[in-house]
Amino acid sequence: MRVRALVIRILKQFFHDKRTLALMIVAPMIILWMMSLVFNGSTYEPKIGTVNVPTELNQKLKDQGAIVTVYDANAAEQALWDEKIDAIIRFDNGAPQVKLEGSDPSKNKMILLLLQKVMQQQNPAAGQAPALNITYLHGSENMASFDNFGPVLIGFFSFFFVFLISGVSFLRERTGGTLERLLASPLRRWEIVIGYVLGYGIFTMFQASLIAWFAIHILGIMMAGSFWYVLLITLLLSMTALTLGTFLSSFANNELQMFQFIPLVVVPQVFFSGLFSLDNVADWLRWLGKIAPLSYGADALRDVMIRGKGWSDIAFNVYVLIGISVAIIIANVFALRKHRKI
Amino acid sequence: MAMEQCVRLENVGRRFGNTEVLKEITMSVQRSEIFGLLGPSGAGKTTLVKMIAGIDTATSGQVYVLDQKMPKLGMFSKIGYMAQSDALYMELTAQENLQFFASLYGLRGSKMRQRIEAVMDIVGLSSFLKKQVSTYSGGMKRRLSLAIALLHEPEILILDEPTVGIDPVLRQSIWKEFEQLSQSGTAILVTTHVMDEADKCHRLGMIRGGKLIATGTPEALKQETGSETIEQAFLHFGGVQA
Repeated sequence: MRVRALVIRILKQFFHDKRTLALMIVAPMIILWMMSLVFNGSTYEPKIGTVNVPTELNQKLKDQGAIVTVYDANAAEQALWDEKIDAIIRFDNGAPQVKLEGSDPSKNKMILLLLQKVMQQQNPAAGQAPALNITYLHGSENMASFDNFGPVLIGFFSFFFVFLISGVSFLRERTGGTLERLLASPLRRWEIVIGYVLGYGIFTMFQASLIAWFAIHILGIMMAGSFWYVLLITLLLSMTALTLGTFLSSFANNELQMFQFIPLVVVPQVFFSGLFSLDNVADWLRWLGKIAPLSYGADALRDVMIRGKGWSDIAFNVYVLIGISVAIIIANVFALRKHRKI
Repeated sequence: MAMEQCVRLENVGRRFGNTEVLKEITMSVQRSEIFGLLGPSGAGKTTLVKMIAGIDTATSGQVYVLDQKMPKLGMFSKIGYMAQSDALYMELTAQENLQFFASLYGLRGSKMRQRIEAVMDIVGLSSFLKKQVSTYSGGMKRRLSLAIALLHEPEILILDEPTVGIDPVLRQSIWKEFEQLSQSGTAILVTTHVMDEADKCHRLGMIRGGKLIATGTPEALKQETGSETIEQAFLHFGGVQA
């Protein structure tokens, strides 16, 4: 009977906290649904640019499911650099040359497989397809999968932990009454928000440096660009996590409700971070990725670490991250109005 | 002594959605006065003092502190507010807590050190200055919270149930300190539901169901109702025949 009392109490608590109840049911469904959208997308279609390739071969590539665009030599190189295509095939004196974009090992593999098939069809008599001359724009054939998604993980983990810690800490400031005490002092609302940003910013800088250093020097993850850019991007990404965490904490009444933001805010971002190829998902879903800070951070981190790109290529992502942080900081100052009008 | 009004409320009302928590409260607190807000829990005492402290805003009527309409940023440094919850950083030591709040009010250097010493002396916690707050007992936390409210020598002290969980001996010494502060010119607004504390206030406001049902000195309130105790007087004003 005592056990029954306990069971009934737990059920009653659930029904009083409708939000927890809803989340336990809805969140797994949302995440499963998103995963199905990401993983059930139609199969990957390699985007290949061809230079000087016989029309007959172009057609064969298309028959195998590739999206083929014909370029002249310079335009093809540019398209490859801009990630519009995944590979270039060119014929120099009749010998096929392949240049892969290279940053995603699984794409590399699929393109090479497709080429081998086509080459075999081309001259079945030879039995063995002519050896392909393969070069890589980024990376190499030795690139491991971890080199590909490592940069995303660096961004993700700094985002995740800073989001949680700053959110919970700001929440405790509110539930513990210290926020009220701060607001009873001459402190301005924006001073509270900026204080939080700077205080956690220092902690975050330390965290970002350590994570990046550990991944690059201890785990030996591929690092083609500048360490300082990696640091800058990780820091800015953590800044968005920090501001978002403190902002969302005003919509949570306790730690439990703060954790509920993980499946709603953090997990979906993983889908847009580039860990999974979004080439095949619906446009509206890709559009959703445009509001996920992690997608910009991860994109920039990959540009620097795998592709060795410099400022001009990451600038846009950096500005977006700064923009997101500033926007949420302003929202935070307004959210505090709930507690004090001036 | 000139009767100078430090706090003035004019027809103040506060509603949350459809619930009217406070109705047409008009009252004032003079300089050097200890004004007690007496009423049962849920009567609206906390809501009322929050509006005076400037962290809540009246939905009708006006709140003036030192003749300035609240909330006003410039007034926060003149008010010391101690909430019902202790509002301390448990991970920090008492000293770190005090230093943090002192800097918010612009205290620094030797002035800060001197004030920290003084307030910890008042609440009898001097020997626990370097201890982490999480190791404090409930009563000690309450005292530290009070010490923080006193740090910047505010002209107006607002204390929400300041002596809950503090033992009688210490409570008496804290009330002595209130008396001293008020003599030096501080206006003190204190809420309580303990009737014997009410007797120590210079003037009382009895609040029940969001309405101010009576104000006056404890003596006058007792006389007016022919009661022996404040409790009887309260019941009388509350419409309950004792």
